[in-house]
Amino acid sequence: MPYVPHTEDEVREMLATIGVDSVDDLFAEITEDMRPKSFDLPEGLSEMEVLSKLEAMAAKNATDRVSFLGAGFYDHYIPAAVDALTMRGEFYTAYTPYQPEASQGTLQAIFEYQTAVTRLLGMEYANASVYDGGTALYEALMMAVRKTKRRKIIVSEALNPIYRVMLDSYTSNLDVKLVTVPHKNGMTDIEGLKNAIDDDTAALLVQNPNFFGSINDFTELCAAAKAKKAVSIISSYPVLQTLLKTPGDMGADIAVAEGQSLGLPLSFGGPYLGIMTCTKKMVRQLPGRMVGRTKDSEGRTGYVLTLQAREQHIRRQKATSNICSNQSLCALRALVHMCALGELGMKRAARVSVERAHVCAERLTAIDGVNMLTQGPFGNEFAVTLPMNAFEAIAKLTARGFVPGFPLGRYYDGLENGLLVACTEKTSEEQIGIFAEMLKGALK
Amino acid sequence: MIPKDLLYAKSHEWVMVEGDIATVGISHFAQEQLGDLTFVELPEVGDTFEAGSEMGSVESVKAASEIYAPVTGEVIEINEALEDAPEKVNEEPYGDGWLLKFKIKGDPEGLLDAEAYTSVVESEAH
Repeated sequence: MPYVPHTEDEVREMLATIGVDSVDDLFAEITEDMRPKSFDLPEGLSEMEVLSKLEAMAAKNATDRVSFLGAGFYDHYIPAAVDALTMRGEFYTAYTPYQPEASQGTLQAIFEYQTAVTRLLGMEYANASVYDGGTALYEALMMAVRKTKRRKIIVSEALNPIYRVMLDSYTSNLDVKLVTVPHKNGMTDIEGLKNAIDDDTAALLVQNPNFFGSINDFTELCAAAKAKKAVSIISSYPVLQTLLKTPGDMGADIAVAEGQSLGLPLSFGGPYLGIMTCTKKMVRQLPGRMVGRTKDSEGRTGYVLTLQAREQHIRRQKATSNICSNQSLCALRALVHMCALGELGMKRAARVSVERAHVCAERLTAIDGVNMLTQGPFGNEFAVTLPMNAFEAIAKLTARGFVPGFPLGRYYDGLENGLLVACTEKTSEEQIGIFAEMLKGALK
Repeated sequence: MIPKDLLYAKSHEWVMVEGDIATVGISHFAQEQLGDLTFVELPEVGDTFEAGSEMGSVESVKAASEIYAPVTGEVIEINEALEDAPEKVNEEPYGDGWLLKFKIKGDPEGLLDAEAYTSVVESEAH
């Protein structure tokens, strides 16, 4: 069935009604030079022809590379149940539905998602999710600004640089000042951060494990922030969170995470999932939708959108955020993923990922001139320095089917030889062996 | 429902001054306009405010509204009972539904007496 929004008769009728002679006259305001020169549309194709054309284009994607890329996004195994359940028609929607209370199943799924992520991060409240980890971090920062009425944000340079670029861009026209505390050879500079917190500080932003893979306990740092009435925000990695001390236990006021590692495939930047959780004290500042559980007039369990006075349809220009939906389908995938694996399954996936990364680190640093950059404990990701430019090493190995990792020099001056390497439970020891041999060869 | 012995701000807060201590709440008219309150967000003890600046908010099922400090000073006590029972503001806006107490700095300025506040309410009610 062709999609024809208006017939020629309808177009004529509409033009006559508003008193314009032609469609061209309707757009007369747009000057000639502002108009496209040509739409250059080819003739229509049959469905079969379109499919074969798209398949040929898709075949140009390299999907068979062995990858050690991480940098905030990880290739964990996704159980088949995630696709099977989330693609059911009852669930298949991208957003919180309009007239949400009519969709009790969707609201229950969101409620269960909120429950799961608060438990994972050790926090009290969660919203229904936002776009991605970077958005979650920005919204967390603005929660702190509203709560404290202060304007200075202390950011660790060991926080994912992709997020830091986002924060710079989001805040460039706001009355908010970002102060970056440099990393120390890949370590989060806890003393430096502590000293930077003052009476004007709204929030402290740190990440665990940090961008270089290093694992920290931020308990003291959170206490130092609290002493100055600043808000502590920890960005974390959900899969490893099953093994690590939670942001809640460290005393964070807000904990956020990129939820991609929970059942979402790596797909060139998204759609991903912004997990946002906080303490009871901060909940009135939390942006976006929140689902609560209640009882109806007959005593039956029901689910509702709750604390809506935070949102723009009630609070207007003073709403906590202009976010008025959520990343519903991605949140559902995360929920099904967590449920399918269970606590034990998630811990096992995390442990195997960590073990593989430690084997990989041992194999790589056994090569002459390759040294550990990440100091202290690390999880499934670590940084090494190579005796050559990392961009060149990556180009060499990628051409042979192995993507060895992320070049630190892209965001950190002076670390042009730095390579960030990640493993997951999908990384085999054989692949690690081949990778080490290839790298050895490339360095000769 | 506008007690004679209190002072009022145009933004519908009431003030009872005793020495250098001011007890603050919202007026009967304000709570009636908002409807059933679900949450009262108050500042913390020790916070200081200039008269007229935003110090918190009240939320009902249908609206959220900022509350403003009617006097300049330091918060010395907040009505903690409101956290679990915000409906007290609806039930007894001039009694158990009080919001917080200030230690006033200087003399309160620009507040209305009951008569002047009555005409504010009358003009807004129409």
